[in-house]
Amino acid sequence: MELEVSFEQLTFENKTRQLEEYIPIATEIRKDIIKSLLLAKSGHSGGPLGITDVLTVLFFGGFMKYDSQNPNLATRDRFVLSAGHMAPVQYSILARAGYFPCDELKTLRKFGSRLQGHPGLDVHLPGIETSSGSLGQGISIAVGMAMSDYMLDKNSRDVYCVTGDGELQEGACWEAAMCAGAHKVSNLCWIVDNNDCQIDGRVKDVLSVYPIADKFKAFGFEVIEIDGHNYEDITFALNKFKENRNNNLKPTCIIAKTYMGNGVSFMHDQYKWHGNPPNMEQAITALNELNMEQGN
Amino acid sequence: MNFEVLGNKPTRHGFGEGLLALGESNPNVVAIGADVTGSVMTNLFRDKFPDRFFSVGVAEQNATTIAVGFALSGKIPFFSSYSAFAAFRNADQLRVSVCYNDVNVKIVGGHSGITVGPDGATHQSLEEISFLRALPNLTLVVPCDYNQTKKATIAIGEMTGPVFMRIGRSPLPTFIPEDKPFVLGEAEVLTEGNDVALFANGIMVWQAILAAKELKARKGINARVINIHTIKPLDYETVIKAAMECGAAVTAEEHQVYGGLSGVISEAVCKNYPIPLEFVGMKDTFGGSGEPEELMEKFGLNWKAIYASALKAMERRDKGFSGVRKLTEIPEFNESL
Repeated sequence: MELEVSFEQLTFENKTRQLEEYIPIATEIRKDIIKSLLLAKSGHSGGPLGITDVLTVLFFGGFMKYDSQNPNLATRDRFVLSAGHMAPVQYSILARAGYFPCDELKTLRKFGSRLQGHPGLDVHLPGIETSSGSLGQGISIAVGMAMSDYMLDKNSRDVYCVTGDGELQEGACWEAAMCAGAHKVSNLCWIVDNNDCQIDGRVKDVLSVYPIADKFKAFGFEVIEIDGHNYEDITFALNKFKENRNNNLKPTCIIAKTYMGNGVSFMHDQYKWHGNPPNMEQAITALNELNMEQGN
Repeated sequence: MNFEVLGNKPTRHGFGEGLLALGESNPNVVAIGADVTGSVMTNLFRDKFPDRFFSVGVAEQNATTIAVGFALSGKIPFFSSYSAFAAFRNADQLRVSVCYNDVNVKIVGGHSGITVGPDGATHQSLEEISFLRALPNLTLVVPCDYNQTKKATIAIGEMTGPVFMRIGRSPLPTFIPEDKPFVLGEAEVLTEGNDVALFANGIMVWQAILAAKELKARKGINARVINIHTIKPLDYETVIKAAMECGAAVTAEEHQVYGGLSGVISEAVCKNYPIPLEFVGMKDTFGGSGEPEELMEKFGLNWKAIYASALKAMERRDKGFSGVRKLTEIPEFNESL
């Protein structure tokens, strides 16, 4: 069985939405992830599928300030994917937000592509704020960005950053956390993708990073723990961040409990899907499941 | 050429004062401190511009990537710590976040080399040039005295792109005139001569000048002292011209000879115009505690070592060294550095 892969030019607005409106958007993004990874023949499936719901609300629910037609807008909020290996979800979201043609998703990881295996600033893909992929660095860059906005320019820009939970094993994460807490960088929204999976297995088995919430609280963060697949929870958390930003003078950490591979039954909560792409047969199964989800 | 000693100050003073001047002329200049601000002299900037100074504690990895965040927000961040920690502890951050991103971050590695003295080997960074010069996009500067460091600081602040500048703790003669322009990427020919070329940077430039004086006084040899203050991008023209006109050369650096200035000059010369080269520098060993002069004597980082190396390089040249020769004609093979 073969599949003709194409990416329809379909973009979504960034606006306040009813919760059920997120479902078709998230499904489209998950389909992009499956299709682009199928064509790439390498890359990470599980993480991108797991964080899709959170990023769908963040980018298409009117929470982040950006203009895809003017990527360098001086007043934009910024998003940093510290877990750079989850690039397929970021690329899909940027394409579906209108930063670049959706068709370009088929170039993921290909020679000469702007969609590098891990995000690279050198290829000038609109919407990418920094290179990332060496774990623990993106979050520290995000803290620096937020400090520049909040402490120096004293503007109203926010910085959102996603790290993995396995990524928290990197000491650099805690240097960044200490710095953000001590300087009360309240315009920073640190989202931990807590799927409890990493390459070698369960995070708790490889090296436990738990309890995550207590650690961030101790570092001076306002911590919100949510179901990372529940749109009401995600909406609540992002609203709470904006409230904290203005009132609490603390950085916010959203711990999103997610499942690796969410939305595709055979990838669901399977750490083996951290770093693999689907083959043709698997992709067809996955896309059928997602199409059914979209149809419902 | 006679060099007047104009003072006796460490290069870090030049950096601290240069940064202060930059801060006054450009409001986008910010500084990141990692606890050793009084040592690397960023305290001058901190005290004048407290709102543009950010203390991140003893966390050099974070300091480096925080600086990247500032640069990506349109600022010109300077992060300075001891070179041992500002080039190695944060090596991955330098590679990926600074150099791959190609951002306008300035890292200044202070207290470099054995002349940190009593602190000992842990704090005597002697390898950072070898590592850093392999990083694409990075400009790499090693100024030679207080006046030049002050000028170099302003120059790196005024250019766009990542820079690493290596400076030191201990006082040394100031001999570059205050009004002498500093041009990034242009090697400085400090003495004219066609008998032997002495390539040096950092504190070894003064030692090379002393060696040139002795070569002239004792042997009538005219040495061309060339200050390679910019390791990268290298001024190939000046280097190759010296190789062609002198036919023998010495490199002198307060750094491991593996991959340092010796490597820089060897690569340029071997590819373009092979001549006999001798290396003055750390010979694959760590330093140790002691006063700077004691350590420079022990490890052969002084004018005497340059003097002897110059004579050796010239002797090899005069024995008929040719860059292209048959294998059977190699007269001596020296495994030692």
